[in-house]
Amino acid sequence: MLKLDGCVIENGKFSLRADFAVEAGASIAIIGPSGAGKSTLLEAIAGFRDLKQGKIFWDGYLISKLAPGKRPLAMLFQDGNLFPHLTVEQNISLGLRSNGRLSIDERSEVQFALDRVALSGLGDRKPAELSGGQQSRVALARVLVQRRQMLLLDEPFAALGPALKAEMLDLVAGLLTETGTTLLMVSHDPQDARRIACQTILVADEKAHPPAPTRYLFDNPPPSLRDYLG
Amino acid sequence: MAGRAQPVSPWPGVGAAALVAALILGTLAAVALRADTAGGFGPADWAALRFTLVQAVLSALFSAGLAIPVARALARRRFRGRSALIALLGAPFILPVIVAILGLLQVFGRAGWISDILGLFGLPPLRIYGLHGVVLAHVFFNLPLATRLILQAWQEIPAERFRLAAQLGCDGFTMFRLIELPMLRRILPGVLAVIFAICLTSFAVALTLGGGPRATTLELAIYQSFTYDFDLGRAALLSGLQLALTAVAALAALKFSRGDGFGAGLDRTIRRWDGGAPAVDACWIGVAAAFLLLPLAAVVISGLTGLFEMPALVFRSAVISVLVAATSTIVLLILALPMAMAVATGRHGIVELSGILGLAASPLVIGTGLFILIRPVANPVTLALPVTALVNAVMALPFALRILVPAAHDVVVRHGRLALSLDMDKRTFFTRVLLPRMHPQIRFAAGLSAALSMGDLGVIALFADPQIATLPLQIYRLMGAYQMQAAAGAALLLLLLSMGAFWLLDRGGRLHAET
Repeated sequence: MLKLDGCVIENGKFSLRADFAVEAGASIAIIGPSGAGKSTLLEAIAGFRDLKQGKIFWDGYLISKLAPGKRPLAMLFQDGNLFPHLTVEQNISLGLRSNGRLSIDERSEVQFALDRVALSGLGDRKPAELSGGQQSRVALARVLVQRRQMLLLDEPFAALGPALKAEMLDLVAGLLTETGTTLLMVSHDPQDARRIACQTILVADEKAHPPAPTRYLFDNPPPSLRDYLG
Repeated sequence: MAGRAQPVSPWPGVGAAALVAALILGTLAAVALRADTAGGFGPADWAALRFTLVQAVLSALFSAGLAIPVARALARRRFRGRSALIALLGAPFILPVIVAILGLLQVFGRAGWISDILGLFGLPPLRIYGLHGVVLAHVFFNLPLATRLILQAWQEIPAERFRLAAQLGCDGFTMFRLIELPMLRRILPGVLAVIFAICLTSFAVALTLGGGPRATTLELAIYQSFTYDFDLGRAALLSGLQLALTAVAALAALKFSRGDGFGAGLDRTIRRWDGGAPAVDACWIGVAAAFLLLPLAAVVISGLTGLFEMPALVFRSAVISVLVAATSTIVLLILALPMAMAVATGRHGIVELSGILGLAASPLVIGTGLFILIRPVANPVTLALPVTALVNAVMALPFALRILVPAAHDVVVRHGRLALSLDMDKRTFFTRVLLPRMHPQIRFAAGLSAALSMGDLGVIALFADPQIATLPLQIYRLMGAYQMQAAAGAALLLLLLSMGAFWLLDRGGRLHAET
């Protein structure tokens, strides 16, 4: 279980309060007006932003003092999820060992991950030689070998077309059910939230509200969400 | 990027910066302690100060003044060979000074091409030695630099501005006043200050074309009080004066070369609707190109015949120069890479400060200081080559940092978060991400450093010993012995070595050189 205990995150002049818990294995969408602090919230959980106050726990362990790479989570950013000078295989390998030197078992694990995202045979390509959708798949394959207990998505599929984005989200949902990973996903599209997240965190008015059932939230939106949805 | 963690450690860079600062400030202190304040300034010292300032002011004014029409012509004309010409404008930066001087002598000298033509009409030959020769050589080196800086500012004016001005019916002078004059007013102080600062520390030009009581710069006076009189106190006094002068000039150059730009344009291809006379532009471009190319051609032509008359000593010097340049480049990279990484993490002002110190430092002052420091423990002459390599590396440092820092910053911003989220250690980030991503810039910086070191005629002259000489020093000695053929051959060899080293090292980075 992920628990944010009395957290205050500052970003310039603006500060965000967060005090909620997320069940292990849940899929949560984070939604709200742009500039409300959705990405700021994810960055704080991932360790890229210091907490002004409060603590973050995972399964009872304090994680808010840990370096980003030591936290039990993997994160995909809006862009820059792959190193452009490394091949697909090398990029995925970094998820297993940060120096990229693999044993034979680990190599076959990389191959398995490539199969799993339907990219077998493309392991020696560079990211620039792949389409946007394929690049997203490589990043997902790396997340797969990282075997972290949480996955944070900061709109990594925003640049893809609607059909491709839906396909990626389905792929993510499929992988998550297999591994039991907890998902936190920033989105500004209610369709995304309805598609794979059973619960939604609303970020508005300098506050991250506790998760509420997605369907219920959209059917009975509070005023701030109603303004956003229009 | 917010957050406490960084994928690179700033501490090696801070250490390197501290070493550089210690070298520059330590040698300065050593010099200051020896300074002979009792004697005070003699008339010769005042003359040196006055000449230094006068030649630097004139060089800056002529270089920038002539660069304006040349840059304007290049900005609004498109012709075959334009990009080659612009690339050529970068060449004087890495051209060995002594080579350029031989070329200038060949063209403008007493027995040069222009004097020959004048002789046909019964006119007396040109005299190149003295103030005008020094200024001529400085304009040769700095006109291209000024042209590049001004041209860049010209091309940064968004195309939309010209379109808007054309739509408002501006032409000719109105357009110049509306768009181009504000740009020039913004960029020119910086250009003048940079060239002024460069010319203040000019040594090799003054050594070869100046000299005598009426054409001696401070750097040359330091050298003379060192080698002719062995008057360390006076050398130290002059060094202190020189350092104060260059520090002020470097600060001014930094201050003036800041300033905000024109705001972003949408990167349309620049198309202009004001005509201007193509013939005038062609004339400016032609004259500038001839001014740059003729001396180089002269070196090649006279060097080809001289190649076979070179004494074996020249080849020995060439080997020494290559070794010094290689050492200097390695030292430079060991200093500059960690410093660039430290600056990229954005929290270490001391590192940037010591990079700036390098701009203000004069090689002869560092050399004098090292001589004073080394002399009690060892014979400085035996350390001439390591000292030369070290000083060359420190002098190349500000330029290397300008190349490396933006690239390092870019890599850290772009890939830092990903590396941190993968728990990549700093060493792996350095070898697997930073080095490969910065490869072109590292090659460019290394090429620049090697070429600068190869062509440097500065601190080596202080420590000189008849047995050991770098190639530029050897050429200077051949010139002094009136062996002009051999000097021309050696100059061609030096030209090939410098450009070759630059080309070899930079080959990979060349694609990134914006014109």
